[in-house]
Formats: sequence, structure tokens, C-alpha cells
Amino acid sequence: MKPFTTLTAVAVPLDLVNCDTDRIVPARFLRQPRSAGYQNFLFHDLREADRDFVMDRPAYRGARILVAAENFGCGSSREAAVWALSGAGLAAWIAPSFGDIFLENSYKNGVPAIVLPAARVAALRAQLAANPGAEVAIDLPAQTVRFPDGSLARFEVDAFRKACLQEGLDEIDLTLRHEGEIAAWEARRREDLPWLARGPD
Amino acid sequence: MGRTLHEKVWAEHAVASGPGGRTLLAIDRHLVHEGSFHAFEALRASGRPVRRPDLTYATPDHYVPTREREPITHPELRDKVDTLAANAARSRIAIFPVGDVRQGIVHVVGPEQGITQPGLTLVCGDSHTSTHGALGALAFGIGASEVAHVLATQALWQAKSKTMRVRVDGTLPPGVFAKDVILALIARIGAQGGTGHTLEYAGSAIRSLSIEGRMTVCNMSIEAGARAGLVAPDDATYAWLHGRPYAPREAEWDAALARWRLLPSDEDAAFDAEVSLDAGALEPMATWGTSPEHGIGITGAVPDPANERDAARRESLEKALRYMDLAPGRRIEGIPIQRVFIGSCTNSRLEDLRAAARVVRGRKAVVPALVVPGSGLVKRAAEAEGLDRIFIEAGFDWREAGCSMCVGMNGDLVAGGERCASTSNRNFEGRQGKGARTHLMSPAMAAAAAVTGAITDVRRLANGE
Repeated sequence: MKPFTTLTAVAVPLDLVNCDTDRIVPARFLRQPRSAGYQNFLFHDLREADRDFVMDRPAYRGARILVAAENFGCGSSREAAVWALSGAGLAAWIAPSFGDIFLENSYKNGVPAIVLPAARVAALRAQLAANPGAEVAIDLPAQTVRFPDGSLARFEVDAFRKACLQEGLDEIDLTLRHEGEIAAWEARRREDLPWLARGPD
Repeated sequence: MGRTLHEKVWAEHAVASGPGGRTLLAIDRHLVHEGSFHAFEALRASGRPVRRPDLTYATPDHYVPTREREPITHPELRDKVDTLAANAARSRIAIFPVGDVRQGIVHVVGPEQGITQPGLTLVCGDSHTSTHGALGALAFGIGASEVAHVLATQALWQAKSKTMRVRVDGTLPPGVFAKDVILALIARIGAQGGTGHTLEYAGSAIRSLSIEGRMTVCNMSIEAGARAGLVAPDDATYAWLHGRPYAPREAEWDAALARWRLLPSDEDAAFDAEVSLDAGALEPMATWGTSPEHGIGITGAVPDPANERDAARRESLEKALRYMDLAPGRRIEGIPIQRVFIGSCTNSRLEDLRAAARVVRGRKAVVPALVVPGSGLVKRAAEAEGLDRIFIEAGFDWREAGCSMCVGMNGDLVAGGERCASTSNRNFEGRQGKGARTHLMSPAMAAAAAVTGAITDVRRLANGE
């Protein structure tokens, strides 16, 4: 996984409350292999219905940061939602809140899902709408986002996620360093609940 | 200070701690469906084996056709189902394949087989994994990367969620069901009201629900933003589990029972948040919009965005009304519907089919209506008591088990512009098909819609209660 430290890039605002992952990638495209490029299905039906969809406006082409509204990525656990967004070149997202599973999926793919207070995110979206193509700067080590107007917002990220992002860690490798503890837990479990690993009678 | 059910299960499964307050959580049960193909591919690419095939269980549900499926003729659907079977065979994972009466929706099959048990951790690459919390298991949905992680390590790094207790006290009025309880809760706290929390459902009305009803409630926890929902196990849970294929037996049953009885939250346990609902004040619910939080009582009216002060929320209400082609202030009852779907991991169990059949008996569906049992065993049990005849004689389509029209991935779709009364869990734009309009409701309410052709207060119909 590619490490993430800082990113200064064009940001695109998306004013859509409760934007679910079915909207990000409609279910009928999920049968495609990942090699088909999920970015080709990103917001498919929304874009078809709205020829002036914000991400298709020339000023936002090449955006690498998405600034969304409350509860972005709620609903289905489909990781294709993250793959579609990152396949389209987006490398970080900012919102007042995210769906819990989408948030987890983002970090697993090396993408910071940055939570800022709703009023700050609304202000950021307004700045981006007023100045299409304006840039936003994310500094992960400092945990800050610089808005187009120069103001600075600090965000929280837990140390685990921060380290995984900065080092581009493979989490499975990290987990397997705890092989001894996992094996010991499993041995205890076999003793306490011997029926768990057995098939039906 | 006492501990909550959530804390007890968490503590028992904590294997190691990591930076940022993360816990490496051991996983007892891992359920996989066709969508696991990404994770199996990732595992193969990294040369890692499945660590605990003996704790992993597979069944096809998302892509399986609900008729004419032996063999499956659609090449893409067949490929997805075959890929799951091949991955299961290669890794020696137990599978309930198409043609096996145990096949069905993964969240129906797990509990039905006794794979789901109190106090276990259970994950699946599907957001409705919260269903299994109805038996007192800490169960939550995960993405493809986490599926690969569990396959490889049988553990997951997790931050402990906060806890929210949802107390539902009182007696549900006639015609009001588990589905109405959860739709009312989501309408109250919003689609992100439970984000970052595990919900524990408590109170006399929850205790009075059957295990099936508790599953319906826990199932839609995710629609309130909560990855997991829980109900403390009780005698009803134990009676329901006893004798199921994967449940412990004899001396092991006694040992399990002794453990399970320690699980309920202690009297003095503290929750991070508390919400309460008065069961007696609830009425049958239906959703009008494109988020599960858009639920209202059947005597209510569609909201007017003009009353919403927040600009972004107002705009999204307007968008929802436009998509649903509804005028602000319109009464929900009487909205004509063109299709009915009774099924999904929310409402496809025997109790659900019985509730729908009670309303349908002696009447005729006036719109196309589909009944999709949650598993082959549910279907068989329903047929044994003649429910299939009631549905078929009323003109309903009686199908084989799968996710079907809840998500339409198998081709069971609602046409663009059509309005569907659905017992499923999501009324998102395009969820049941491009341009499809979904109204969520209970099986009894969906049955009432089928026989009247409109959203109808089931209490108006004889036998509706």
C-alpha cells in the first residue's frame, strides 16, 4: 500500500447527505472483477441523471480530495465504493461523518477519511463551490487541513490508523506478528468451547 | 461498575492491544457469500492460506436466481456462485450450496443452523451481519480487505465502539411488528444516530419479541449507522437454539448455557447513550423517501422540506421527494404501488411469511408480488403448513431462497419509475433497480399493499392484526 503523508490538491464538494454506497457504485456493477475498473461505475446513475454532476465539471477534473456531507458512505459494506473513488484519482475524503464500514474500508486502502465538524465542512464546501478548482492541503503528521481561504482545521486520527497510513503497512503482516497470542487464544478457546470448531452431528 | 453485554464479549475476545487503543479481536465465526471473491483473490495473490476453515461457513445468496437455477443458466451469475463453491472447496470450508435445503440468505442460515450463538464474535462481508446480534453474538459487517484479514488471521484490529441502549417498553399494539419498532427507532435517531455505537436493545417489548423479531430489529441497526446490534440472550434464545445442527449438545450444552447466562449486561452497567421508545404508542410504519430514516406512521404525511432549516438537509429532502415523485404533505396511506417484495435478511423468516399469509388468505394480489423465503428450510417449513398455497392462490410468485429483490444483484429487479412495497431494509435510490422507488414496511403491511394496490393501514383489513 502506498504511504500517505501530505496532499495538496484540487478538492471537489459533494452536497449529498446520507450518500450511500449503492449510489457510489450501484449493485449491478459489483459482479465485475476489480480489473474492470470500478471508477467507470462511480456515481453511475447520479451522473447519468445529472449531466452537470459536480465531479464532471471541468474545474474539478483532476480533483484528488472529496469534501462530502454527513454520513457519507453509509449502507452496504461494498469496498468497491472506496475502489471506485480512489480509482477516479481521489486520495482523501473529508466529511462531518462517515458510515462506519466505509470509514474502515477507506483506511484499509490507504485513504484517510477525515472527520471535521459539520459547520467547518459546510464552510469548506461553500469555499470550493465559490472557487471551483481551489486547492486544499492535508497534512497527516500535523493532522491539519488547510482551506482555500488559508484557515486551518485540526482533525483527530487514532495512532493506529495514522501509523498504517504513514507507513503504508500491510495489516495482515502486522497481525501475524501476534501469531503467538492468536495461537494461545485459539488453544484456550478449543478447551473452553470444544464444539465451536466441529461440524453438525 | 457493572459491564455491558458488549464489554463482556469484547473482553473475552481481546487477543492483543495495538497503538491508538486498538484491540486485536478474535473471531469465532466467519460467514462468506459470493461477494468474498475479492478477498479470496487477495489471499491467493499473497500466498496465504485460510487460517481457520473450520470456523468459516459459505452459502450463496446475493447472486442466486430464485427460479430455474439447477443449473444456473445466466453465465455471470453462475460464475459468481461457482467461484464461491470453488473457493470453499479449495480451502475446505463448509458450504450450503444451491440444491442443498440449508442454502439461503447468510443471515438467515447462520442462526438457523445454530452457527450463531450467544457470546461469540461473528463477521461477514455484508453490512446486515448485525442481524446475528439478536442471539447475543457481537456481529458486524466488514469490507473485502477485512474479509481477507479474517480469512488469513481469524482476527481483526478494532476500536471498541461506544454503546447505546435502546429501551422499548410496553406492548406492541395489534398490527405493529418488529419491523415497525426498528423503522420508528431509525426515524427517531436518524440514519447516523447510531454511528460509532453498538446498539443494545432492551425493555419489555424487546423481551416479548420472538427470536425472529429480534433478528429483524438487529438487522437494521446498520440503517441507524450502528455496525452491531445486540439483544441479551434469555430463555427464549436458548429454547430457540437448542437442537440446532451446530449448537452444542448434552454436557456441552449445559456448559454453554452456564456461560451464556453470564452474558446479559449487569444491572449497574453504564451505556454511553440511552434512547427509549414507547411500544404502545407505535403504529404500522412505512418509508416515504430514499433513506431508512424517512419512516413515518401509516396515519402520517410526507414531510415538507420547507420546514427544514439546514440547507443541505433541506436539499436532500427535496431530492428524495423528487426521486420518489411525491408531493410535500401528502398522506402516506393510499399511495399507489406497482409491485410487492416479501423477503430479504430483514423479513424472510417463517414468522414473517405467516404474518403476510394471514393478510393474504382469501384475497388476491392486484399487483405483481414476489415472496422469497430466507432459506430452503424456511421454504420447506412454510410449505409444510400450506403458506405457499395461500400465496400462490392469491397470485403471488413463490420462489427459491436468496437476497433477490432487496438488492437485485440476481436480476430480480423493480423497473424504473415503479413503486415497490418491500419488506427489505434499504430504500436508497436505485437499490432495487435503476429508478425504482422503494417503500419499506413490515410483511403484514406489504401483504396489505399487495391486495389493495396501495400503501394501506393493515389494521383496516380483517385479519390484519
